[in-house]
Amino acid sequence: MAEAARTVSGGTILEPHILLYLDGVTVSFDGFKALNSLSLVLEEGELRTIIGPNGAGKTTMMDVITGKTRPDAGTVLFKGGIDLLRLDETAIARLGIGRKFQRPTVFDRLTVAENLELAMQGGWSLTRLIAGRLDVEGREQVERTLEIVGLSALRHELAGRLSHGQRQWLEIGMLLVQNPRLILLDEPVAGMSDAETAKTAELILRLKGAHTIVVVEHDMHFVRELGAKVTVLHEGRVLAEGPVEAVQSDPAVIEVYLGRS
Amino acid sequence: MTAAPRSPLRPALMLSLVGCAILLVPILNRLVPEGSALHLEDRFVPLFGKYLAYAVLAVSLDLIWGRAGILSLGHGAFFALGGYAMGMYLMRQIGPRGVYAHPVLPDFMVFLNWQELPWYWYGFDRFWFAMIMVVLVPGTLAFLFGWFAFRSRVSGVYFSIITQALTFALMLAFFRNEMGFGGNNGLTDFKDILGFPITAPDTRLALYLATGLLLLLALVVAIHLRRSPLGRLLVAIRDGEARARFLGHDTLKAKLFVWTLSAVLAGLAGALYVPQVGIINPSEFSPAASIEIAIWVAVGGRDTILGPVVGSLLVNGMKTWLTGAAPELWLFVLGGLFVLVTLVLPDGLVGIGRALARRFKTGSSAAPIEAGPGPMEAARG
Repeated sequence: MAEAARTVSGGTILEPHILLYLDGVTVSFDGFKALNSLSLVLEEGELRTIIGPNGAGKTTMMDVITGKTRPDAGTVLFKGGIDLLRLDETAIARLGIGRKFQRPTVFDRLTVAENLELAMQGGWSLTRLIAGRLDVEGREQVERTLEIVGLSALRHELAGRLSHGQRQWLEIGMLLVQNPRLILLDEPVAGMSDAETAKTAELILRLKGAHTIVVVEHDMHFVRELGAKVTVLHEGRVLAEGPVEAVQSDPAVIEVYLGRS
Repeated sequence: MTAAPRSPLRPALMLSLVGCAILLVPILNRLVPEGSALHLEDRFVPLFGKYLAYAVLAVSLDLIWGRAGILSLGHGAFFALGGYAMGMYLMRQIGPRGVYAHPVLPDFMVFLNWQELPWYWYGFDRFWFAMIMVVLVPGTLAFLFGWFAFRSRVSGVYFSIITQALTFALMLAFFRNEMGFGGNNGLTDFKDILGFPITAPDTRLALYLATGLLLLLALVVAIHLRRSPLGRLLVAIRDGEARARFLGHDTLKAKLFVWTLSAVLAGLAGALYVPQVGIINPSEFSPAASIEIAIWVAVGGRDTILGPVVGSLLVNGMKTWLTGAAPELWLFVLGGLFVLVTLVLPDGLVGIGRALARRFKTGSSAAPIEAGPGPMEAARG
């Protein structure tokens, strides 16, 4: 990790192209080590998929990054060297780390566009919420986002009437309007049809470069479709890392992960 | 641009409709000659004024219950506090015309052998001071109560229950003579308001119109709130507060604002109610009175702007008629109404109207998703 971070007087700073830096992160629940000295480095604009059998620590890792869980030991740094372990969930969200949970949590009784606007207005003051409205720029961003996630035609539809896949895309859209610097997607294609999965892969590939994205996924077909660098977690630590093909032919990975499923 | 065409009635049309309905009373009272079958006698004007005050109260409850899903079963407390503040002004206006003819002390204080006015009665001889108190007392109580409740994340039925406890506690306190608010009998025997005799037909009509104006104002507030980003945030809070918080919204502030606003509106309604019914006593604080408000809103339709108005007028009209015609039936009818609405009419009467309008327009059946949660479901939060 020497090339990613260096220690200076007063703390650690990250190299400019590094967005997220985890080193030696350990989380234990009642003696069980959900994360065992996990280290991970994400570059700005990177698309990364994270796979691993159940209990490998994928969700715990997300929880640590978003401030939901505090690790027992380790370092978690964000862009430039911001220590995420000192911040709470809200502060971390405001830094631009957006997370999409497995279960879509859009607001059913608001329309698609209203859901996006609500997401954009996060952090607005009370007076602005009462008297204000979106400016031209904001409205344009809503339009753009509707287009990106492919829901332009459904903007006035109540979110409760969307299909499972559409709800997931709306939620990705709600992350996008907040201009996140890091997007964490927890099993985005779980429960989706093949066509929806393909569309989601397309969507994520379109976002690649403009955003740094971490996708946690079980679906190997989907992981192959993304064709990004893969990190394999096992028992709370990194087992292998590299291009999809290399990881898939790694005997250790086949042993613990692919072999089992 | 993103406001979905959900309500078939446009706000301007809705407001003019309510405005016209309000004007019906003065027209039937003043313009239709006496002796005509349509003429409305003077004695009915304050009755309709009372209904309008109830309608404002219902709109105020709907702000917090319909939109944000926070069911207050203690809104009568804010209504009564506004009413008491107005009542204190009216008591001080009596001056030496009381039964005991004391120049300063109201009759009940003379009766209790009090020698001087308690400090908290100071200032109430001035109308402007009383009006400030009408807003400030319910508003401050609601703010403090809401701050503690929302900050501790008390929600759903637990919140409803502590609002019941709040109004019950206030009722017990106001029943006590030592409190200095007239105890059991409350405040009554009012003579005049702003120098006008309080029972004169003109004064009563003016009070009626003032209440009508307040109702229109309350509706404008409700409509604006509904269309503002805050209104959508409240829906989001109702359906998933944690998620709204995760989007970076300060849900505590949003809830506290609407909750306090709602209490202030209820207080204003109480202030206009008291001079029209001529009395304010602790029974207004009774838990049952507060539950009735929730029934009006549920019957009319929650989160529908017009629903609370329709519901409060209908239920109170029925109450006036039934408590005269068959008083022993009233509570059964009220209870039955609530059960019926909860089970089969989640959007109340306005919901039926909307479904009919939609069917008429498109020929298709109403979409199930647009039906809001049943009242109890929302209370569970």
